[in-house]
Amino acid sequence: MNPKPLQGIRVIDFCVVWAGPFATMLLADLGAEVIKPENPNVFQPITRGPMARPPAVYFAASLAWAGGVPNNEPGDRPWDYNPTFVSLYRNKKSFTVDTRLPEGKEALRRLVAISDVFYENNAVGTLEKLGITYDWLRSINPRIIMVRVPAYGSSGPYSQGARALGVHLEAVMGHTLLRGYDDADPASNTAIFSGDYLAGTQGAFAVMAALWHRERTGEGQLIEIAQAENAASMFTQAIMDYSLNGRVQGAIGNRDVHGRFPCGVYPAKSPGTSATMDDHWIAISVESDDQWQAFARAIGNPDWSADPRFVTNEGRADHFREIDRHIAEYTASREDYDMMHALQAAGVPAAPVLEASRLFDDPHLRSRDFFRKQHQQSSGEYEYVGPLWKLPETPVEFRQPPVMFGEHNDYVYRELLGYTAAELEQLRAAGHITTEYAPDVP
Amino acid sequence: MQALDNLRVLDLTHHIAGPYATKLLADFGADVVKIEQPGGDIARRLGPFKDDVRDPERCGLFFYLNTNKRSAVLDLKTAGGRDALAVLAARADLVVESFAPGVVDRLGVGWEWLRSVNPHAPLVSISNFGQTGPYRDFKGSELTLYAFAGEMYSMGETEREPMKMAGTAALFESGSASVVAMMGALFAARRHGVAQHVDIAIAETHAGGVDRRHATAIGYQFSGRKTLRVASRSNAMPGGIYPCADGYVDFTNAALYPDRVDEMLGRPEWNRDPRFADPVQRFNPAIVEEWNTNFLMWCLERTKREIWAEARGARLLCGPLFTVEDMYTDSHFRDRGFWTEAEHAALGKVTIPGRPFVMHDGGWQLRRPAPLLGQHTAEVLREAGLHEAAIEAAVRGGNR
Repeated sequence: MNPKPLQGIRVIDFCVVWAGPFATMLLADLGAEVIKPENPNVFQPITRGPMARPPAVYFAASLAWAGGVPNNEPGDRPWDYNPTFVSLYRNKKSFTVDTRLPEGKEALRRLVAISDVFYENNAVGTLEKLGITYDWLRSINPRIIMVRVPAYGSSGPYSQGARALGVHLEAVMGHTLLRGYDDADPASNTAIFSGDYLAGTQGAFAVMAALWHRERTGEGQLIEIAQAENAASMFTQAIMDYSLNGRVQGAIGNRDVHGRFPCGVYPAKSPGTSATMDDHWIAISVESDDQWQAFARAIGNPDWSADPRFVTNEGRADHFREIDRHIAEYTASREDYDMMHALQAAGVPAAPVLEASRLFDDPHLRSRDFFRKQHQQSSGEYEYVGPLWKLPETPVEFRQPPVMFGEHNDYVYRELLGYTAAELEQLRAAGHITTEYAPDVP
Repeated sequence: MQALDNLRVLDLTHHIAGPYATKLLADFGADVVKIEQPGGDIARRLGPFKDDVRDPERCGLFFYLNTNKRSAVLDLKTAGGRDALAVLAARADLVVESFAPGVVDRLGVGWEWLRSVNPHAPLVSISNFGQTGPYRDFKGSELTLYAFAGEMYSMGETEREPMKMAGTAALFESGSASVVAMMGALFAARRHGVAQHVDIAIAETHAGGVDRRHATAIGYQFSGRKTLRVASRSNAMPGGIYPCADGYVDFTNAALYPDRVDEMLGRPEWNRDPRFADPVQRFNPAIVEEWNTNFLMWCLERTKREIWAEARGARLLCGPLFTVEDMYTDSHFRDRGFWTEAEHAALGKVTIPGRPFVMHDGGWQLRRPAPLLGQHTAEVLREAGLHEAAIEAAVRGGNR
């Protein structure tokens, strides 16, 4: 077996929530050793869940991705199996330490000395309070690469005090007004986190670019990802339309930003309703006049499809609502997968809109061995979604299941940092080394 | 010096995801030679166009996606085109392509061919559903790929159809995921001497992606619960999108910090109601609605920027809903140097988003605007040592 691309690179994951942990997970997938210091006396909301010990009502009231815990039972260690946390913490290690205390800071210092990357995406000012700055890291290890992910950057009027998650960055970068139904106000949008996807992937890219640079120069460095700036490129068409033409684009629903018709999501035969999350839909994009003809043939050339007004894209653009109504009538009584196969056989892009539970039944993803079983002691064995890419000679392996709180205390303190048994005892007595949050942490 | 300026990339990608990935490599220094088929990258034919004039050199999308690259037009259906490609491939550190699966093999320029002309360079293939599996040859679009693999199902109103993201955000995400794999392949080649054919399925970059799909999937596995499609209407104190005097603001998780909320509101009398402070009552929809009625009045008396400033002062999670114009004209981003100006033969002065992140050493630079179609065909072939007659033949073939 070949060594992994980033084998031998050690990353400190001083991250919270989604954007930072996604970056370090991608580095871990590529073979880096990623270690998360975790404070047993402070709970960082939305990383291992909303709070250490949420009230039972939380699990019932929240969406499945936030509160869907094994067997719907909060259990003793909800921080170990929060759905968003487990999704971001495969292939990583965890040790506990209160870096607010001198001996905790000393443990972190020792880890910094033997690491390559320090990655953090805390609210601006958090690390300064802990005395963790780039200068401090560099004084310990001049080759260190530090990545910071301030929402709006470390300078300018929004840098101080601004708290932001992906959803707010999308609001500021225009996404929330650019997406959604064309006939409803933006409150009809769902909170999403595409900016975290972009910042996470580009954070991993930034680290690798800096490592590449370091191999050539021997120098580490500080990287700043202002998340709002980073997310902007996703909306290039809208930005460039404003930049080139002064036009302010708005929401166009599921239509094609490049104006090819029809393009939409149509009802399919459903085993249930949206209330039970059993409604099925088919997404269809017709991208050329030829595809329009192929589409019409694939659905049996109904009379309406032969309308000469629909022959050209311009005509379809002028009458798209009429076309959409016809298509919806066709699709409503048919199975989404059947329609996908029929339309794809005709060369027309089409796919069902899959609720997450249905992913696991998809034969294509199955045939590519996309899913991975992981067994975590706190929660048991489940199937997780797989890695983002296939590198056949250096495959992404799920070598460590979603890491439990403090799972690697012994490895980190003893093996990596060289603490003696007596010192370990002292750190344990002082509350640094544990596998549970302190009882007074809510 | 730029971090990646010792890298040569042979870029056979087109449309959005692949070019976005190679743009990131180029923006951080890589010498990216973009191979276009006669007629050019399809992105040149998508909008927006300057002054709405449909012209392959006036496309804003293409411009943004191809900064810092050079363009060579080669007809890979001809022997001359393939021979020219071979000399470029022989000196590349990385080759990237995004044709439908099987096309590079049919053209005779696939993985086996690359191994024969350059055993050290990895090949990264980006496709809709990957190089294997029953959907291998399926067509895909922003909408259908995100519908299938991304967390689209749960976006929108419960009673209405699922709603996609804006523009081609999903393809940009896939491009961004792809550049990580490209760097991984480069590290494997450079550090361990391993050249490999990387298979990236756009669908899998979403099925495994951080924007909720990873968690809705395991949330279902854990609990048997599916994810309801529900709009982010006010369902916390505060939480969701609220109208205000001149638009909208978005609050999240503010409910976790009732005291900060009280501070932001100026500690008004109405917020003294003991039911609003009770942690269990705060999950009661009737109480939440009552609280939100008061809060809405507060919002409607203020502009989005005023509310955001108050929220920042109280350290609450909040964002104003900006239009692209709001963002474009905002002094914060402008003064930080986020926007950058480029000079282009057909577009004149163009303003585009600049660095995606700041490296303090070896970082982002705009060295050249996006290339005109085939602007560098002769130049790159000459650099690669192709003799003049073959260069002329290749240029002629590309202009057909």
